[in-house]
Amino acid sequence: MKAFTQLTALVAPLDRANVDTDAIIPKQFLKSIRRAGFGPYLFDEWRYLDRGEPEMDCSNRPLNQDFVLNQPKYQGAQILLTRENFGCGSSREHAPWALEDYGFRAIIGSSFADIFYNNCFKNGILPIVLSADLIDQLFNQVTDGYQLSVDLENNVITTPSGQRIGFSIDENRRYRLLNGLDDIALSLQHADKIKAYEAERAKRAPWLFKDA
Amino acid sequence: MAGKTLYDKLWDDHVVHTEDDGSCLIYIDRQLLHEVTSPQAFDGLRLANRQPWRVTRNLAVADHNVPTDHRDQGIADPVSRLQVETLDKNCAEFGITEFDMSDIRQGIVHVVGPEQGATLPGMTVVCGDSHTSTHGASAALAFGIGTSEVEHALATQCLVQKKAKNMLIKVNGQVGLGVTAKDIVLAIIGKIGTAGGTGYTIEFAGTAIQALSMEGRMTVCNMAIEAGARAGLVAVDDTTIDYYQGRPYAPKGDDWAMAVRYWQRLHSDSDAQFDKVVELNAAEIKPQVTWGTSPEMVVPVDANVPNPAQEADPVKREGMQRALQYMGLEAGQAITDIKVDRVFIGSCTNSRIEDLRQAAAVINGQSKADSVKQVLIVPGSGLVKQQAEAEGLDKVFIAAGFEWREPGCSMCLAMNADRLEAGEHCASTSNRNFEGRQGYGGRTHLVSPAMAAAAAIAGHFVNVADLASGASA
Repeated sequence: MKAFTQLTALVAPLDRANVDTDAIIPKQFLKSIRRAGFGPYLFDEWRYLDRGEPEMDCSNRPLNQDFVLNQPKYQGAQILLTRENFGCGSSREHAPWALEDYGFRAIIGSSFADIFYNNCFKNGILPIVLSADLIDQLFNQVTDGYQLSVDLENNVITTPSGQRIGFSIDENRRYRLLNGLDDIALSLQHADKIKAYEAERAKRAPWLFKDA
Repeated sequence: MAGKTLYDKLWDDHVVHTEDDGSCLIYIDRQLLHEVTSPQAFDGLRLANRQPWRVTRNLAVADHNVPTDHRDQGIADPVSRLQVETLDKNCAEFGITEFDMSDIRQGIVHVVGPEQGATLPGMTVVCGDSHTSTHGASAALAFGIGTSEVEHALATQCLVQKKAKNMLIKVNGQVGLGVTAKDIVLAIIGKIGTAGGTGYTIEFAGTAIQALSMEGRMTVCNMAIEAGARAGLVAVDDTTIDYYQGRPYAPKGDDWAMAVRYWQRLHSDSDAQFDKVVELNAAEIKPQVTWGTSPEMVVPVDANVPNPAQEADPVKREGMQRALQYMGLEAGQAITDIKVDRVFIGSCTNSRIEDLRQAAAVINGQSKADSVKQVLIVPGSGLVKQQAEAEGLDKVFIAAGFEWREPGCSMCLAMNADRLEAGEHCASTSNRNFEGRQGYGGRTHLVSPAMAAAAAIAGHFVNVADLASGASA
């Protein structure tokens, strides 16, 4: 997994609440058995005027010019600013895969759906929760070329005017993201504890340990 | 010391290791796998040269992509077919039990798990699908995960988790005629909102929940995620224990007796503390219909489409306006004036035998309205289908002009060939009315099976409570 330490990048404002994972990446693209290549289909139904299908070449598709990511001033944005309950709905990790493949490395919102939030950390994306007031303030500030600096080492966002906004992340998640660590390898360091747990649990709940 | 909630008990029973920041390594008793969220996890195992930690704790079934008709012809869409074949290959390679498309036990993963007794009270259950919350109906701690966590659970039989907060939702009293588990859970979501349960595990309790069958409890827990909660729970009682007795994967003999003794402690202690408590009066809940593009956009069937102008919060107001535009509805329009083009009865929310019985009971010798293009009845599993046919329900549906299909996720998310055309309104027993969910431009109205069947016959929404009380007879 890619590590995340610091990022200074252009911000794209997606001014909607309850952006669901079906909107982030529609289901027809979930038929892929690969992990990469979802970026061109990110927000497919909002971004294009035609109906997207898997493996479609998106370079000549009609764009919805009203959609924020199609506006020239937001090209190259790596930070997505949004509202509450971003990523609600399905558990599909294709949603963070699509966001990451498109180029987003940080998402700032007033709240995130739990499963989506968790999935971000597995893919080198930093989801940042700020108060609704601060989110309002950032939406009001976004103009052409608006950039934010996100510093995970110090848990702080810096605005172009120099305002510093702190944020909090569970220490365990922060450590893994800062170092780009493989979760499975870390958990397997506790293999002896897992085995001891199984031995003890088999005495309490033997029916869970008798499968062929 | 205060007593424990059901969630506290389930959590404490599965902690393998605790980190300094409070995050825990949690043991997983059962993983369910399907074709959409598992291929990249198996690839990950192969890349790292890892094997499943305890292969027998995994059970796989293809459901999202499978066709619901002409099964003998296989899957026409080559992309869908490759995904299902990839699941077959991965299960064969790693030695994981799979119910393939020709198996009578095949069906929607969240119908198959409890039906087989593969998910049991007291277990931790995960699956790469958000509706894994369904299994909490049996007091299992069950939640949806992403593909990285599918791989993690395969490789370690554990997940790194931080404990959620405790929420209690009590539905007191008794529901009226025609009001089902689906209406209860939609009313709950209407009350607390789609983010109301974020960060919580919700325990559903109260006399109206206790009165539900296991199927009804599964419907309620299934949609806990639509209220933002990864997991929903209902305490163990005799209904739970009776349901599991004799299921193929349930414990037998002395193990059964020991398991029942253990399961009987799976309820919140009387002095347990919850971080949040919400109460509803069951008698006030009417049959529900969603009008918008989020499950919280829901009203009773005898109400009107709400007016965004009356919403004070600007973000919400704009969301409502956008939803009305997408849905092609006017503020103030009566819900019963909304015409339906298609009807879908199925999904992990409402495709169990009781759901099909409720839908069939409404038909009463009538046929679908001519204006309704299609009514799909998609049973949740091959065994549900078999049971329904033994009861003659298939004949009732077919006589009414409904289509009787093979089991799968079908038009709940339209990954297979079953889908809405742009602009069509669908009365659907599924769980999400998001834009495009049932097909590009499709307009979904979430309802109970009885409400869906009644809309199929009338051609528009009708209040089944009126039908049930004989008002329209």
